[in-house]
Amino acid sequence: MILARPRALRKNGVLSMNKRNIDYIGRYNQRKFYKRVDDKLSTKRLAVANGIAVPDLIGTIFVQHAINDIPKMVRGLPGFVIKPAKGSGGKGILVITKMEGDRYFKPNGDEVLHDELYRHVSNVLSGLFSLGGNPDVAIVEGLIQFDPVFEGYSYEGVPDIRLIVFKGFPVMGMLRLSTAASDGKANLHQGAVGVGIDIGTGKGLHAVQFDNPLDFHPDTQKKLTAIAVPEWDTLLHTASRAYEMSGMGYLGTDMVLDKNRGPLLLELNARPGLAIQIANNRGLLGPLQHIERLGDEPMSVEDRVTYSKEHFCF
Amino acid sequence: MHSKKPFYILVALLFILGVSTCLYRSVEHHVPFLPGQQVQSWAVDAKVSFQGSGKPVEASFSLPQDPAYEVLVENTTSPGYGFSISNADNQDKRAIWSKRAASGRQDLYYKVTLIPTGQTKIAASEEPDAPTPYIWPATEKAAAEQVTQEVWDHSATNLSFAQQLNKEFNATERSQNVELLLSGNSATKLFINILHNKAIPAREVSGLYLEDQRRRQELVNFVEIYNEGQWYLFNPNDGTQGRPENLLLWGQSGKSVLDVIGGTNSQVSFSMLQDTRSALATSIDILRNNDALSFSLYQLPLEEQSLFKGILLIPIGVLMVVFLRVLIGIKTSGTFMPVLIALAFIQTTLFTGLVGFLLIVACGLMIRAYLSQLNLLLISRISAVIIVVIGIIGVFTLLSYKLGLSEGLTITFFPMIILAWTIERMSILWEEEGPKEVVIQGGGSLLVATLAYLAMSASWVQHWVFNFLGIHLIILALVLVMGQYTGYRLLELRRFKPLAGE
Ligand SMILES: Nc1ncnc2c1ncn2[C@@H]1O[C@H](COP(=O)(O)OP(=O)(O)O)[C@@H](O)[C@H]1O
Ligand SMILES: [Mg+2]
Repeated sequence: MILARPRALRKNGVLSMNKRNIDYIGRYNQRKFYKRVDDKLSTKRLAVANGIAVPDLIGTIFVQHAINDIPKMVRGLPGFVIKPAKGSGGKGILVITKMEGDRYFKPNGDEVLHDELYRHVSNVLSGLFSLGGNPDVAIVEGLIQFDPVFEGYSYEGVPDIRLIVFKGFPVMGMLRLSTAASDGKANLHQGAVGVGIDIGTGKGLHAVQFDNPLDFHPDTQKKLTAIAVPEWDTLLHTASRAYEMSGMGYLGTDMVLDKNRGPLLLELNARPGLAIQIANNRGLLGPLQHIERLGDEPMSVEDRVTYSKEHFCF
Repeated sequence: MHSKKPFYILVALLFILGVSTCLYRSVEHHVPFLPGQQVQSWAVDAKVSFQGSGKPVEASFSLPQDPAYEVLVENTTSPGYGFSISNADNQDKRAIWSKRAASGRQDLYYKVTLIPTGQTKIAASEEPDAPTPYIWPATEKAAAEQVTQEVWDHSATNLSFAQQLNKEFNATERSQNVELLLSGNSATKLFINILHNKAIPAREVSGLYLEDQRRRQELVNFVEIYNEGQWYLFNPNDGTQGRPENLLLWGQSGKSVLDVIGGTNSQVSFSMLQDTRSALATSIDILRNNDALSFSLYQLPLEEQSLFKGILLIPIGVLMVVFLRVLIGIKTSGTFMPVLIALAFIQTTLFTGLVGFLLIVACGLMIRAYLSQLNLLLISRISAVIIVVIGIIGVFTLLSYKLGLSEGLTITFFPMIILAWTIERMSILWEEEGPKEVVIQGGGSLLVATLAYLAMSASWVQHWVFNFLGIHLIILALVLVMGQYTGYRLLELRRFKPLAGE
């Protein structure tokens, strides 16, 4: 049988796309707060105002003719990233990891010519990668130097840590590692590897690529479940704080560990994907319903993290 | 959490309203459930003839009035005559021909086309007045009263009285009394007289047996008896009861079928022909006759009608997309793009459409690859692609015309802007994720478009969406219900397969 029985999935508390949309996103995420998470620039400002560290903002490009300023903007930096403010799923993200004078190179070593860069940013501004195809702005961000603990686990790209935060409780976590297929980005449907992480300890549990379980990184052959994410508590706290900051009840936080600056908040997602369940080999519905049963008693960030670590560990 | 009750009530109401309007259309307006359904129709010609004597004439001829047959078309040919139709109390519909002076043999024609309605019962709109009792002549009085009394004793209701009487009239060995009475009266007259004597409403009616390709047919007499809101048909001449098959009731008022003032030797004869015609066209004709068409799409000019035929298919395509996305989980590039492609397929037919779509997109992608080197703004690049698409379509149309491939000409039905955007998206996809993803996403969209096309092109679907507008309320209800479905999608059962076991 290639199909699972719906009853078996329900028994294991697997959250379906329709249920996520109707019962969680639809019910706990208010329309008026979407702007805070759908626009990465707003998220950045909000995070800074709340004392949450984010990657450096080098500049923003609002109009076509400003594209030519980019070389000046990034001169002397080790690398940079251009992304659409309203993009999602890794679309339209250009990662430059190596610069030789005014020549730019992607993580896989391919050179990005100025013409290509110009066209790419122009596409970003036209809204080609944005939700609903609306005109957008391009963000130029400092390159994250990932923490050496991930050396060998991530191929040509920065791994990011995704946490599902429900009503302020981190309920499930996953480490996403880029691969040759995902081209320097850690988005799962582009081919990144997802490693389920134990909420209680920050240790690796299971790994998937393209929704299929696997044990070793396809490019570096390192054993994926042996991984342990450092500064796990800080990550949980930051994620939990994102709830108050964004007002979103059902939230996906993307964070990275910078070699020098420690945990940084990359972005927030109002519609986080469901593959995290496969990476954890566990359904989301159990923890979600657990928290729904708790009622609306307000709890501090500290208490929520402690509660989550205790109840949602393996 | 707020209650979902009002939502389900709304959906149920929409559903019930949709179903009942459909049923109403079918039962009340006889709109057939299936396209291409045929109904029988009867063309009946009545020929009224009489001898004129140079004086003013007025011929009054009763017309068919029978709930079992619906009049579709009627007309008369009677050169030189004034003509009108009178309909006293909606009971007695008659044709009136008149002329100042008529001499010699006169032939007047009345033609009517009738559709069986399947309604064989004759309901009385109001209770008829009790008839004035018939006075028997002295010679018959004793016999008549005896027969009446005997039958009366053996019966319980008006209906059973008539049944017994009918039996008595047609028994193999009739009583002497009956023999006596029948020797001086026609069976029909006598039957009515006896009933009237007992104050039972009864009347004489004429009927015509409809048989294909018959000529010179005559009317046959029947008696109608009133019993509890309904008229029952008896034939005292042969002792049968009830409506024979293919009987058309002609004059039902109890008055004479043909009255000619100023003429002699009047008679009427009938010829008839059976025919089949489209059930749908028939029901539209009937609606038009009854002026019931006032709120129907058939009122619109033909061009708008055919436009609406296309528009009303969109809900089906949309339903298909919602179904495939919410219940199956297929991803498409551009939510409703497949519906528009499917609409184009309806014009082009599936095979030509698929080939045309692939050709245009493939050519478009090649040209787009060149445009991408020019570093254009998105807006001008899309515009360029639109113009290129139009060019491609033009070239293909011309080419297929030259080659004599008439199917190729329909390629112009593709929505060009949608094609341009499809090409743009596919080309970005190609650059970002490689040709494999293009095939997957493009294939998914084409699959959905094909399925939507198959649903929309089924002839009974097209028939339904246009003739039973209630179906759209049902679709609305279905879409709303699917919008509440929180279960697993079919493809999720595969995706989450690793999570099912231990
Ligand atoms: N500043 C950066 N430096 C290095 N890599 C980055 C940077 N920003 C994003 N990335 C890579 O791109 C991926 C997607 O970025 P993210 O901001 O989450 O956008 P999206 O909404 O498209 O997922 C990240 O997981 C990371 O691997
Ligand atoms: Mg992300």
